Amino acid sequence: MEIVQIVAIGIICVIILSILRETNKDLAVIISLIASILIFFIVIPKISNIITVLNTIADKSGINSIYVTTILKIIGIAYIAEFGVQLSNDANEKNIATKIELAGKIIIVFLSLPIIIALVDTIVSIMP
Amino acid sequence: MSIDVIFKIAAIGILVTVLNQILIRSGREEQAMMVTLAGVVVVLMMVITMINNLFTAVKTIFQLY
Repeated sequence: MEIVQIVAIGIICVIILSILRETNKDLAVIISLIASILIFFIVIPKISNIITVLNTIADKSGINSIYVTTILKIIGIAYIAEFGVQLSNDANEKNIATKIELAGKIIIVFLSLPIIIALVDTIVSIMP
Repeated sequence: MSIDVIFKIAAIGILVTVLNQILIRSGREEQAMMVTLAGVVVVLMMVITMINNLFTAVKTIFQLY
């Protein structure tokens, strides 16, 4: 049962953080960072299973594999960007958080350009 | 990857805070600041490898190269 592990890590971190938040703010930020890393490492095997299943389904249904990898890349970028944004928000740096968010969105749009082009091509070929 | 890291860092944090208080009370503000800085540096050295692991894991899983 990984969920018990995850909740235990979360509760322990919250208790430690409530002690450290008043006395030592910089270490509190680092502890919340480590907690999120630990929780993510518990979930990693499940994610890789899900991704292999998605890939096999995409192969069977004959979808071009470029699209699936693009979607996976977008999910990864969104996760990393969200990680940075939450951390900066925790440390009360709203300015940097907003910049990271904007950069993440721009990179996601850039990655999805091939899909948009393919969509436009399909629409043009359908139109008489 | 285990929860030990969190306990280690919490211990470092509490220790640094206590040392900080003692040094400030005995009138050594500069050394108190140095102790705080040293604590942050030690913790950062522990954390950097974990952050690197996380980013490489995300890159390999989501095929971001």
